[in-house]
Formats: sequence, C-alpha cells, structure tokens
Amino acid sequence: MDLSTTYMGLKLKNPLVPSASPLSKELGTIKKLEDAGASAVVLYSLFEEQVSFEQEELNYFLTRGTESFAEALSYFPEEEDYNSGPEEYLEHIRQAKESTDIPIIASLNGVSTGGWIEYAKKMVQAGADALELNVYFLATDSNTDSQTIEARYRSVLKAVKESVTVPVAMKLSPAFSSLANMLRILEDDGADGFVLFNRFYQPDLNLEELEVTPGVVLSTSKDLRLPLRWIAIMSDKLKSSLAGSTGIHTATDALKMVAAGADVAQLCAVLLNNGPDYLETILREMESWLEKKEYKSLAQLKGSMSQKSVAEPGAFERANYMKALNEFRTEKTL
Amino acid sequence: MTRKMVTLDGNEAAAYVAHKINEVIAIYPITPSSPMGEWSDAFSAAGQKNIWGTIPQVTEMQSEGGAAGAVHGALQTGALTTTFTASQGLLLMIPNMYKIAGELTPTVFHVSARTVATHALSIFGDHSDVMATRQTGFALLASASIQEIMDFAVIAQAASLKSRIPFVHFFDGFRSSHEVQKVEQLEMDDLRAMIEDDDVFAHRMRGLSPDHPVLRGTAQNPDVFFQARETVNPYYDRAPGIVQEMMNRFAKTVGRQYNLFDYVGADDADRIIVLMGSGAETAHEAAQYLAETGESVGVVKARLYRPFSIDALMETLPKSVKSIAVLDRTKEPGSVGEPLYLDVVNALNETRAAGNLPFKEMPAVVGGRYGLSSKEFTPAMIKGVFDELKKKTPKNHFTVGIEDDKTQTHIGYDPDFTTESDDVVRGLFYGLGSDGTVGANKNSIKIIGEETDNYAQGYFVYDSKKAGSVTVSHLRFGPRPIHSTYLINKANFIACHQQIFLERFNMLENAVEGATFLLNTQAEKDHAWDSLPKEFQKELIDKKMKFYVIDAYDVAKKTGMGVRINTIMQTCFFAISGVLPRDEAIRYIKDAIKKTYGKKGEQIVQKNYKAVDQALANLHEIEVPEKVTSDQSMPAIISKEAPDYVQTVVAKIMKNKGDDLPVSAFSEDGTFPTATTQWEKRNVGLEIPVWDPDVCIQCGKCSMVCPHATIRQKVYDPRFLKEAPETFKSADARGKDFPEGYKFTLQVAAEDCTGCGLCIEACPAKNKEEPGKKAINMAPQPPLREQERENYKFFLEKIPELDRTKVKIQTVKGSQMLRPLFEYSGACSGCGETPYVKLVTQLFGDRMIIANATGCSSIYGGNLPTTPYCVDENGRGPAWSNSLFEDNAEFGLGFRLTLDKQIEFASELVQALSSQLGDELVAGLLQSEQENEAGINEQRQRVKALKEKLKNIKTIEARQLESISDVLVKKSVWIIGGDGWAYDIGFGGLDHVMASGRNVNVLVLDTEVYSNTGGQMSKATPLGAVAKFAAAGKPLPKKDLGMIFMTYGNIYVSRVAMGYNDMQVVRAMLEAESYDGPSIVIAYSHCIAQGINMSQGLEQQKLAVQSGHYPLFRFDPRKTDEGKNPLKLDSKAPSIPYQDYAYNETRFKMLTKSKPERAKMLIEKAQNEVQSRWHLYQAWVDMEYGE
Repeated sequence: MDLSTTYMGLKLKNPLVPSASPLSKELGTIKKLEDAGASAVVLYSLFEEQVSFEQEELNYFLTRGTESFAEALSYFPEEEDYNSGPEEYLEHIRQAKESTDIPIIASLNGVSTGGWIEYAKKMVQAGADALELNVYFLATDSNTDSQTIEARYRSVLKAVKESVTVPVAMKLSPAFSSLANMLRILEDDGADGFVLFNRFYQPDLNLEELEVTPGVVLSTSKDLRLPLRWIAIMSDKLKSSLAGSTGIHTATDALKMVAAGADVAQLCAVLLNNGPDYLETILREMESWLEKKEYKSLAQLKGSMSQKSVAEPGAFERANYMKALNEFRTEKTL
Repeated sequence: MTRKMVTLDGNEAAAYVAHKINEVIAIYPITPSSPMGEWSDAFSAAGQKNIWGTIPQVTEMQSEGGAAGAVHGALQTGALTTTFTASQGLLLMIPNMYKIAGELTPTVFHVSARTVATHALSIFGDHSDVMATRQTGFALLASASIQEIMDFAVIAQAASLKSRIPFVHFFDGFRSSHEVQKVEQLEMDDLRAMIEDDDVFAHRMRGLSPDHPVLRGTAQNPDVFFQARETVNPYYDRAPGIVQEMMNRFAKTVGRQYNLFDYVGADDADRIIVLMGSGAETAHEAAQYLAETGESVGVVKARLYRPFSIDALMETLPKSVKSIAVLDRTKEPGSVGEPLYLDVVNALNETRAAGNLPFKEMPAVVGGRYGLSSKEFTPAMIKGVFDELKKKTPKNHFTVGIEDDKTQTHIGYDPDFTTESDDVVRGLFYGLGSDGTVGANKNSIKIIGEETDNYAQGYFVYDSKKAGSVTVSHLRFGPRPIHSTYLINKANFIACHQQIFLERFNMLENAVEGATFLLNTQAEKDHAWDSLPKEFQKELIDKKMKFYVIDAYDVAKKTGMGVRINTIMQTCFFAISGVLPRDEAIRYIKDAIKKTYGKKGEQIVQKNYKAVDQALANLHEIEVPEKVTSDQSMPAIISKEAPDYVQTVVAKIMKNKGDDLPVSAFSEDGTFPTATTQWEKRNVGLEIPVWDPDVCIQCGKCSMVCPHATIRQKVYDPRFLKEAPETFKSADARGKDFPEGYKFTLQVAAEDCTGCGLCIEACPAKNKEEPGKKAINMAPQPPLREQERENYKFFLEKIPELDRTKVKIQTVKGSQMLRPLFEYSGACSGCGETPYVKLVTQLFGDRMIIANATGCSSIYGGNLPTTPYCVDENGRGPAWSNSLFEDNAEFGLGFRLTLDKQIEFASELVQALSSQLGDELVAGLLQSEQENEAGINEQRQRVKALKEKLKNIKTIEARQLESISDVLVKKSVWIIGGDGWAYDIGFGGLDHVMASGRNVNVLVLDTEVYSNTGGQMSKATPLGAVAKFAAAGKPLPKKDLGMIFMTYGNIYVSRVAMGYNDMQVVRAMLEAESYDGPSIVIAYSHCIAQGINMSQGLEQQKLAVQSGHYPLFRFDPRKTDEGKNPLKLDSKAPSIPYQDYAYNETRFKMLTKSKPERAKMLIEKAQNEVQSRWHLYQAWVDMEYGE
C-alpha cells in the first residue's frame, strides 16, 4: 500500500511523524522511531529562554562567592569550554541526521527576534530539513490587543523565512479570534505548513499544599476533535501543508486526520504511553484498514472528508454543535 | 629574544614553571598554596605538556603527609616530582623531607611560606614554616618578587638535579603568592636550556627498579650510622656553587643575573640590612631611595639560605659596612636570636676567626623581627631600622611594625615617610566580595599590564567573613618595575563600591592631595555631596580632591547585571583615571569581557558590553564645595553597651585599625572571650523575614534551620509584655506544654540576619487568603531596622528564657525554645552547616566542650574580630578550641581523657571526704544519672552544695576537689569538623578515637567537598560531581563513612539531613550524646561550593535523600544489647532518579556542559551505585539479631 505523502515539499513514506516531545531527546529513541516506521521526526523544542537561563545560571553559580574570601578565591575548576549555547541541540540535529535516513525537523521557541533568527540559521546549518516554529505564547496581558499579538507571530515568521531556505511550519494554538484569517495571512507571509495545534501545559491546583502544580496532561483520542475540525475546514482553503497534532492515538485517529486533509499526523502522547515501537502498530493498522476498504493509496483518502468534500459541509460549522446536541437528546430519550 | 609579558600572581608563576619541568605532582590543598596545585591540575586537564612533551600527572592526596610520602615514592622510582604546600602542611612533610634529603634526591617543593599556628592560626605569610625545615637537609631558596618566583622555580630545579640536594623554593604567602605583577614569562626553550638531560637521566637511573635492584632505607646501628650520615658533606659543600652556576646560566639564557646574596644601595654603605623574602623588595625600594638622597645604606637580599654560603655573604657585604641589622620574618622564642640573624653573626665570627674578615673592623650586628603573619612592612619601617643602626648601641632583638608595650622590643619609625613616586597610579578599591570588585581589578591589571608599557601590581585584602565580606584592592601602575610589597596608604585614586562603607571606614584618610574619589551611590547626583558624612566632606575639601559618582546598582539592574557592578565600576575607573585613552580602554575592557565570559555564552558577554556603555553615560563629576555642609558624622561602629575589651580591642579590629593595637591588648596564651559577634552589627541582609503571628503554627522549623541564629522564639508569661515596644508582636502560645495564657513570640535579629531565606523555605504554614505568603515573609530590611533593633533588644533582655528542665527538648519545637549558644557567625548566607552546630549548642551548649577541626567551621567559629560561641543567662556556654586540621579527633579525645580522669579523681576525693560531706550528698554526687536536663540541674545543685561544704574543710584533699569538682556535672565532648577532616586528613585519627570506646560525640559537617579552601575534591565528594582535582567529574563513589563505623558494632552512627527530616536530626543528636561511648553524626550540609541556590538548600537536601544519594539512618548499639537490629533506616527507598537531585546543582550540571558524554556515563553509574547501596542497607536492616 502506498502511504506516501508530501509535507512542505518533503517526500515522506507515510504520514506518521512523531511530534516535538521528550521522545526525541535520545538519539537511540529517534533511531527506534525510524525503525518503527516514522517518516520524519520533529525534534524536541529548543527554547531560547532556556538557553539564556542556562547561560545565566552557569555564569551565576560559577562566579558566586569567588574573589570574596582569601582561602577560597573560587569554588570550581575552570573548564576550557562549555556548551553554554544551543550547541548541544545543534549537535543533536547533526547526530540525528547522521544516524537516520529520514527528514529531521527542528523545533524552535524563541523570545527575541534576534534569537529566532540566530537559532533558526544554526539549526539549518546543523542539517535540519525543515523548521517548526513553536510559537508558544500565552496572551495574558489585558492591555495587549489581538493585532499586536498577531503582528508578533507574523514578524517572527517573516524574520525566520528571510534567514533560512528550508521549509518553515508554524505550530499554533487555536486561540485566535479568526483562526482561518490568521492562517491565510501567515501563509501569505511565507509559512510552508501549519501544525494544528499546540498543546499548552495546564496547571492544576493542589489544595493540600495550597500550591499550583504544573504538569502535562497527555491528550487522549477525545482531544482529536479540535484539530480535526480545523484541518477539515482549512485544508481546502490553504496551499500550505497541514499537520494534525493532538489526540492522534490510533490508526483510526490518524486516518481521520488524513481524511480531513492533513498531510501528516503528528504523534506524541500515544508514543510516550506505549513506547516508540508502537508507531509500527499504528502504521500496520492503517495499512490494513486501507487495504480492507480497498483504497488504492493513502492519497485517495487524503482530504476526502474535508469540509468541501463531505456531504454536509455545514457540519463542521455551527450545525455541528446542533447535531451533536440533538443526538445526545435522542440517546437520552431512548 | 623578546618574551611575552604576562600579569599573574606568584602561585601561578610557580605552577607555570613547576608543571613544565616535572612528571608527577602530588599535592594537598592548604592556603595559600592551594592555587599552585589547582593551576597544575588545570594545566594537565587542558593537555599542557612539560618540556619533555608529556602531560604531568597531578594527584590530590589525603594530607600533606600523604603528599610527601607519594612524592618520596615517585622520586625514589625516578620521576621528576614536585609538590606545593605551606605552614602546617610543610610541617607534615618534614619526616619525608629528612628521608628525601638523606637519600640525596633532587626535587623542589614550592612553598608559599605561611605562619605556623601557635597561640592562633593564621593563613598569612611569614617564614616560621620554612624555618622549621632547616634541619632536614633541604636547600632553602627565597624568592622576593613574582618575577623571581618564576625564575627561581627553574633555577632551583636545575640546581637540585645537578647537586642532588632537594630544594624548598619559598616565597611569602599572600604577599607574593597572591600578588599580581607584570612579569616576563619564561619560554619552553629557556626551561630546556636550564635543565640538563644528563642530570635527568641520572635521576631516573637512581630510581628503584627490579631490573637493577638495590636497597634503600635500611636500619643502621651505632657502629655505622654516623659515618654514613657524613657521606653527604661534599654534596652540601658543592651546592652553593652549583646554585650560583645555575643563576649564571639563567643570566646567560634569560638576561637576569641573580646571586646567592644580592646587594642594593650605596656603594659605600655603612648601615646594612640583611633579609629575605618579599620584604627584601620593599627594603630594596627604601634603600635605593635613601641612597639616592645621600644616606649610606644598603640591603643584602639573601637568596640561598641553606646551604648557607659564608663566602658569598662576605663577598656581597660592602667593604664599608659598620653595622648590620638582620631581619627575620619569624619568631623563635627562647632562642639567642632568630635564625638568619644567628647565621649572619656566626658567618662574621667564623670569618674573623679565620682571619679573613674583608672589613676594616668587625661590624656590629643586631637582629630584629618584622612582618609576622603578613604584618605590613613598609619603607618607613626600613628607614626606622636604618635610623636605629645610626645609634651608638642599636637595640638588639627588636621588633619593627608593632608597639610592644610589654617588653619594649619595638623600635620607632616615622609612619609618614614614603618612597611612593608621583608617576605611579595608586588605586584603592573598597568593594564587597559579591559585587565582583576584585575580579574586575584583576582584569584591569591584566589590561594595563598586557596592553601598555606600564608595570602593574595588584594585591587584594579580604576580610574573614563569608557573607557580606569586604574586599580592598590595592593597585599600582607605573613606568618602572614595582618593588612596593606593602599596602597602599597614599592613594591617588580611591573607589568606594558600596555606599554603606561610608558608615564604616574613612577610606579618604589614605588619599593624597589632588586624589580622585569615585563613589557608587544611590543618591541622586545633585544630592551626592549631601549624602556624605562630614569626615568625607572634610577630606575631599582639605585634600582638594575630585569627586565622581555613579549609581552602579541602577545601571546593573537596567543592564541585567544583578548585583555585579564590577564591569561598571571598572569602566568608571578607566574613564576617570586616564591610565589609558578612554576609547582604547573601553575596547580592551570589552575584549577582556569576551575572553572571560565568551565560553559561558553570548548573552553574558552582551549584557556586560551594555553595562560598559551605560556606565559612561551615568558617571558624573560632582563639584566639591568649599565648605563642609554635612552635620552627619560616621556612626560608632559598636554599641556603647559593649564591654570594655570589645570597645578597646575588638572595635579597633573591626575598623581596620588592628595594626594600631599594642602587645598589651592581647592575652599571652591566645585566650579570647566568647560571645562577641553580638556586638558586630553587619546589616548585610537586604531583606529579612517578617513574622505573621496569625498564620504561624509555632512549629520551630524556621528557628531550627536559621544558619545565623537570627530567628528566635520564646514562650512566656504575658506580664512581661508590659513595657513592650509598640511594634513588638506576640501570639497566644499554642500547645499543651505551656501554662494557660502564655504568649509566644518569634523575633528576628534584623541587623544580624543575612537574608538567606532558608526560614521561609522551611516554614510549612501558609496564609489561607494568600497562599503565596507564609507565616514569615521577606521584606526590605532598611525600613525595619530601627524598629526591629528595639524589638530584638526587648526580646533578649526583658523576656525570660524558659526553664530548660521543663522543655520537651526531644522535639523540634522544644529544641528551638532553648537559647542558641552559637550566633551571628560569619558563615555564608544560607550556610548548611551552621544549623547543626547551632542545634547542638541549644541542646548541650551549657555543658559542652568543642574540639573543632580547621576548616569552615573553625573560621566562622573562631576568626577575629568577633566570634559566635556565646553564653546563657548563667554565664555558661561552649568552651571551644581549634588545634589543627588533622588531629581534631585526637584533640577531642584528649578532652575526654581529662574528664574521665578528673571524674575518677573527683569521685575518689568525694569518697575520701565522705565523712565530712555527709552520706546523702556523697551518694547523690556519685550515683546521679544525669540522664536529662532535670537530672543535670540537680547535680549542679549538689556540686554547688559540695563547694560550700569544701570551704570549711581545711585539707589538701578539699582544695584538690575544689579545683575539679565541676567535672562531676556531666560534660559533653563534641568533635566537630568537615568532610575534608573526617573522610581524608583526619580519618586515621578519627578511626582510632571511634575505636577507643570513649564517650565522645563527633559531628561531621558533610559538604562533600573542601569548602574552606575553595572546592577541592574530598573522599566525600559524590560520583559524577565536578570539583577541583576532579574537573572531569569524580569517577568513584563517595566513601561511606557511616557504613565503615557501623562495622565496629559499638559505635553510635547516624546520618542526618535537616532538609529531609528535622525531627530525626534532633533525635540523632540526643541519642548520640546520651550514648556512653563513641558517637558520630554525619550531617548533609548544603554548601555554596555545590553550586546551588542557597535559599533552596533544604529542598536540595530532601532530593539528596529521596534519590538515595544520602540515605538516613540511626545505628544504636544499645539496641543490640536488647537483641534488636541496631540499624534503623530513617529514609525511604530511592523514589526519584538520581539526576533529578544532581542536575539541580552546578557541580553535576556543569559536566553536562563541558563533557556531556562523560556526564551521561557518570550519572548512570551513580544511579546504579545508589541502588546497590540501598540494597546493602536494606539487607542490614533485614538481618536477624539476638537469639
């Protein structure tokens, strides 16, 4: 069965791409993912803030207390050199490229315009086949209007696009007043693809300790619905590639994404839960479903259930809600 | 050939050469020589090779004794071997030095000569250590300057290889070891030219090898030992000639000519000073100056002191000499005179007896002492000595530089005499350790030294505090080589980097007319003048000074520099001083920033650049008005309520005026009063905890963890609140242990708190309306200072302490109701050691005697000016002493032996006098259990009664008993020290003391590294941690000291971590103390040297335990007697990955940045180690005991 797909110009043997997550921190795991059939890998995100923080931290602790007390003018041996910048990440890209045959997509979360550009360039130099800009930005300031925020997304994208030649995807959250418009504008600005959607950390409260507990809540298949809908809506409206992210846990989930119009299905929680090898299970199940249903190729399925293609395009919009409500009532009555 | 000019300190100069001409280096850290070993380790770690093309091996040993043994072994097997040491360390090497010399083994020990501890320890410099090695047979070669250190390091090696006599190459601790100078760096070819291959091969051939076996180290008998000992004479006879030969060879190669003795001064000088070491440089400067003004004076600098060449000395002394003063930087009590003096006298006498005197008449010779423990030695004092020699009968055995009002040994001098030249920039910089002043100044010296033709010198004075320590940098720049080995007291540039110093030191006293004063102040520039105390205003006006200000903290804040104002102040210095054109200076500063911070990340570089640029924009010159306008005087440094001794002696030391104190100010035997930190209000905490009585649950945890005993609690009758200050807070006392209606107060010592925040971290109570707040919350100190000073005074003086016999001391809360008898020490802010020390004083302080190993705990425990051990309302408190580093366990055992003997003797006397004392008293005295506070109190009453009765008994037995009756009240012997002591240097002794069965209590403050000497690896350092001498991460696991002592079976052993379980700590201390045998408590102490956020120290302790790195337990031999397993684990099986603990600490994390692959390998190894160790403990716990 031909499962191949094209994502931002990259020819991929199938649509399953592990998304940016701790899974890609180990070279061995990346290799395992490739062996299990992953067609590309998005590396974990490099956070500019983290790099800056670590530089400051190292400098602070290596200088603190020095030249203060006659018997102890320093507390640590002076090292010849430190990997204080993004070198560790860049080296990781290099090694990942060397030890695999699949495209490696680097993921970046910058803070400053300078940082976005500098790190993007370095990632490409290190061998990244594409970049995913993880614009992790929570708009919490009530004095900042939506235009300002949107402008920020645009300027980041433009700056990066101007400095690199590889394809660039924007990984976004759904929190835009007009998501459709935003995606089109970003496409016009040069985005080669979109990853829908980013999943933010959701803090919890611990009532015993009266503390906020940070933490990751891994997605389930139920979370698929949000990206599924938007991909179905947008796949006809955009030329850019689309990657479904969040809630893809089974072969069915992945097939739904493709049917809605996604070029790739990004996997995270399912692999964290079941290990990298599980990708192969999903892939095999996709294949057997397509064979059972006598599809000629994955391409045949792709976009077949996008908003434009389905029998009831309105189902993806407001009617969708109404229908759900009705069905629910019906069930109850029965 | 032009050689590179470098600016470096003496230690680096010695290490630079030593590393290049040796193969094996075995060391042990000791101040001030530690950096030589560290440099060597760093050179080897960086792959630097010696002149033969191989990287020397550097090994850290467990003591200097161990280092000397390893050196001896390496030499005996033919390696070119060296070591670096000082003071007590050199003394520990003496036994091996006799052997090494006796076997004619070439080597050079580089020694930064340091005071040997006598009535007190001192880390500073004099020749008492090297003088103690005179008999060993080592040659002694003295360097006086940084250039000489580099030069003599290779001359000594070449001469040693050629002569086969081992050398001590010494230079003055701190004054030379830590002085930064611009010097010419020797090239590899210079070193190769000095060392002859044949000498090296000969040394190797003498090495022990089974391929050509020989025997050394025989035991000899009266028949032959003597003759065999005399065989070495020709070698010693030849040695001075060989040294001169090497000096000549050096002159030929490099161009600098040295001689066994060198002379400076008038050709026809009749008054001569002979001396060696850094003082010779100052003498050189003074003699030259005086000779130029027509005085017939000169100085002989002794280079090779042993073997002593009489001929060379006679040749060097000018023929015109009439009187000689020989100056020794050491004291030999009871001798006819100090060593160099005696040698010179003897040299003259022997020469005269042989009829070879090259002078018309025998010169008069006197000896004098100067400069002990780096005491200032200035041209004024040199002139004083020359003036003394003018007298008809100059004083002999004099001292210079002090006022000896007891035995009148001192000679006078005019302190205003100066040889400083106007074309030398002389800058004084007053800073805090934490603001980076010293680092920036070292940087400036490098810039000026390496980028201009100027010569440069820097010397740095640090105080003995680890939190809020003050640094004073002394910088000279000038067109000629600088010989001024003394502090600057005539400065033409003075910078005050901290506004608060305006209240403490009148630094402008040291300014010359027309000097510049740069002040970092938060005052607006228009108010800067008004913010000065009148003393400062007067100096500025009288001396026609220029005055500049900058708000460096504001610039630092805006440029992301935090509290590091170093770059900003450095830029201001260059901008004002004009040492370099401004633009050029800025470029060099930026280059230096790139060099220093580049490897730590571009961001750090950029923010420093920004700080440089902003500094210039915010620097303002203030016009000095014609009149003093301020009515504010500098405040008194000490409260008027302080006792006389504190007022007259301690306060002077605090004001940097200790040099003015006369001999009579001090006790003859090193005894000092305790409880003096209470008078030193340092106000170093920017923020202090503020108590919220409504939220507080009165648990005592904040008091428990406070490193400086600045958060206290009391429960008391409400009637004491009558005269309470308005802002004094109280709450109803919680719990059933106190009478109904009693009040509770948690009071902060605002002026003593260092603002570390550990108490906030420990506080478990949260404000329900605002859970971000706790029962104590940090708030800025300055607005609270006055009010809390009053409150604290009221708390201490008007609220009574609880009766100890009625407190439940076995709880955290109860233990914290007891007054700490260890307070406001100079330990680091957030120190992890001091909370344990403080707790022990709360529990046992009124009857404890402490033996304290040298290290952090002896420095914050006993360094002048003020000391933290204090007394309770009855005047009782810990008696404390520090003997040495290595012998602490034995020292403490000695306390126990005295007590045991005296208790036995006192009991015998009580029995002997029983008929007069009465049966009841006798029975009580001899049978009292004293198991708790009440029991101890009862015994105190009995001893009081005993003393009363004894007054009326007129026998010698009664007098005898009177003198020792106090021992009948139970005493608690505590042996305290760090891991460097317990795991390494003191381990042998500790083991023996633990095995003695005697009732001593050992507290090991385990920071897992040598903290006091700056982060060298100890055997307590964990696997994977980076430390000095383990730059690539320690590859071997931490020694399990607890396990070792548990194997004895009869020792109480506990491992504790306050951050994990404070209750367990209290229990362990009480159990250890109550056990009638040896006890040891090993306490995890977070430390600045681990590279952690000190306010999170407790959390880090918790992680250490949870990861299994630091399992907690108590092993109580009393349980065995009950047929139970003595081991009880007090922590759970590892529940978090080792790296979750480790990677919160720079010591582990930095390896992931420098050697990521190795870091990964080590962390995995450590994880496995932790697991298997836990299984071992678990297996012990599962063992069946009893029938």
